[in-house]
Amino acid sequence: MLLIECPYCGVRDESEFSYAGEAHISRPLETEKLSDEAWADYLFMRKNPKGTHREQWLHAAGCRRYFNAVRDTVSYRISATYKIGEQPPGEGDK
Amino acid sequence: MSKYSIFSLVRNAISYHQNWAAAWRSPEPKPEYDVLIIGGGGHGLATAYYLAREHGITNVAVLEKGYLGGGNTGRNTTIVRSNYLWDESAHLYEKSMKLWEGLSQDLNYNVMFSQRGVYNLGHTLQDMRDIERRVNANRLNGIDGQVVTPQDIKRAIPQINIDQGCRYPILGASFQPRGGVARHDAVAWGFARGADMRGVDIIQNCEVTAIRQENGAVTGVETTRGAIRAKKIGVVVAGHCSVLADMAGFRMPIESHPLQALVSEPIKPIINTVIMSNAVHGYISQSDKGDLVIGAGIDHYNGYGQRGSFPTIEHTLAAICELFPIFSRVRMNRQWGGIVDTAPDACPIIGNTPVKGLYFNCGWGTGGFKATPGSGWVFAHNVATGEPHELNRPFALDRFVTGFLIDEHGAAGVAH
Repeated sequence: MLLIECPYCGVRDESEFSYAGEAHISRPLETEKLSDEAWADYLFMRKNPKGTHREQWLHAAGCRRYFNAVRDTVSYRISATYKIGEQPPGEGDK
Repeated sequence: MSKYSIFSLVRNAISYHQNWAAAWRSPEPKPEYDVLIIGGGGHGLATAYYLAREHGITNVAVLEKGYLGGGNTGRNTTIVRSNYLWDESAHLYEKSMKLWEGLSQDLNYNVMFSQRGVYNLGHTLQDMRDIERRVNANRLNGIDGQVVTPQDIKRAIPQINIDQGCRYPILGASFQPRGGVARHDAVAWGFARGADMRGVDIIQNCEVTAIRQENGAVTGVETTRGAIRAKKIGVVVAGHCSVLADMAGFRMPIESHPLQALVSEPIKPIINTVIMSNAVHGYISQSDKGDLVIGAGIDHYNGYGQRGSFPTIEHTLAAICELFPIFSRVRMNRQWGGIVDTAPDACPIIGNTPVKGLYFNCGWGTGGFKATPGSGWVFAHNVATGEPHELNRPFALDRFVTGFLIDEHGAAGVAH
C-alpha cells in the first residue's frame, strides 16, 4: 500500500486515489493545423520511463482534485507531490 | 539432440535418469548473426523456433537478460482462449489456438495443453448482450463458443454461487470449449529446445544496453556480454518495450503496469475448467498440482517493479469469494507481479518500426500467453520477409497515426 501525500489533504492511503497517467502533457494549440503524426504523439505516445516518472493522481475519495507526483516506477517511492500548474520541486521548466 | 519418447524414457530409466542431455546449449555469443531476437520469453523463443522451422533462418541468437521464461511467461495464469470480438484479433488468436492444438507433438515436448474450457461470466444485462454479440461474432469467424445459462454453469461447476440476490449475480456466461490452460514453463522450454535443435543460439544473462544503427538501419546491439552485430533485430520484450524503443530513438504508445497473480496452497481437485469474470475482476483455475491459480486486473499506476499493491489483491479475492464462497478459507501460498505493456486499444503492436531492420512485437498487455505460438509464427514471418504477415498487418505501430485502432478493451471478455 502506497502512502500518498495529497497537496491539499495530507498523507492518505493509496486506495483513496486513482491514477491519471503522465503529467505535463499539454494539449496542442491550433489543432486544425496539426499533422496526424503530431496528433498521435499527443494522444497516444508516452514516455513510460523505467525510473523517475512525473504523473497525475486524483484524490478520488477525498478532495476530488488532481495533483502531480514524482514517483520512481521501479521502487514506487514517491519523492514529491505538487499542485497542477506547478513544476516539481528542485526542477526548472521542462 | 535425442527425441523424447517412451523408448528414451525407458533407456534413461536404466541409468536412473542421471544421463539426460541438457535440453539446449549455452553457447558464447558470436560477433555476428543474421537475426537477433531480444527477449527469451515464450514469444521470443517461439519467434526463433518458427524462423528456423518455417523460414530456414538458423543463424539466430535469442538474447535474454535473465533466465528463459523468467518474465511474464513464468508469471501469467496460463489461460488459453481465442474468443475475441473483432475480426483482426479473432483471426490472430485463433491461429494461435490452432497451433496450440498440435504444439506438444510439433515440439516433441509436452506443454500440457489442456482444453478444459473457459467460461466468461456476465453479471449485468449489458454483459449478457455483449456476450451474445461476441459469441455470434466468434461463430461467424469459425471459433467455437456458446452462451450458457446460470443453471448450465451450476451443473458444470457445482461450487459456484449463482444466487440471484447477491451484489453481482451471475446471469450467464460465454463458454469456449476449446479454451483451457497450458504449462507456461514448458512452453518456453519446448520452444527453446526446438529452436536450439535447429541451430539457434540461446544466450541467457545477456542484457541489451544499446541498439546501434547507421543511416536509419540497425547494425547490432551492445550487451552486457559484448557487442553483437546483426542486420535484423526482433524486439520481443514484454514490459520493457518502451525502454528498448527509447534506445532506438522512437516513442511507443505503451504504458507498463504491474499485473498480479497468486496461488493457493494445493487442494484436492475442485475446479476442472477456467472461470473468468470481467465485471467483478477475477479469474480462477486449478493447476495440476492442485493450487488455485487466481489473477486480476492491473495495478493502475505505471510500474516496472514486478509487484503490486494489496488493495488490488483484496479486490480480486473479494470477487473470487463472492463467486466461490467455499474458497473463503483457502490459504494463499504465493503472490507475485509481472510487468504488462498495455496499448491504448489493448491490442499488441507487431511489425516494422521507423528504424530499418528493427521489428517490434510487444504491447500484449494482460493477455499475451495465449498468443505465444501465433505471435511467434507471424513475427517470424515479419522478421524473415521484412513485411508483415496478413494476420499481423492490422497490428502495425502506425495504426495510432491512421486511427485504425482495434478496440478490444472490454469487448473481448478480457479482464483488465
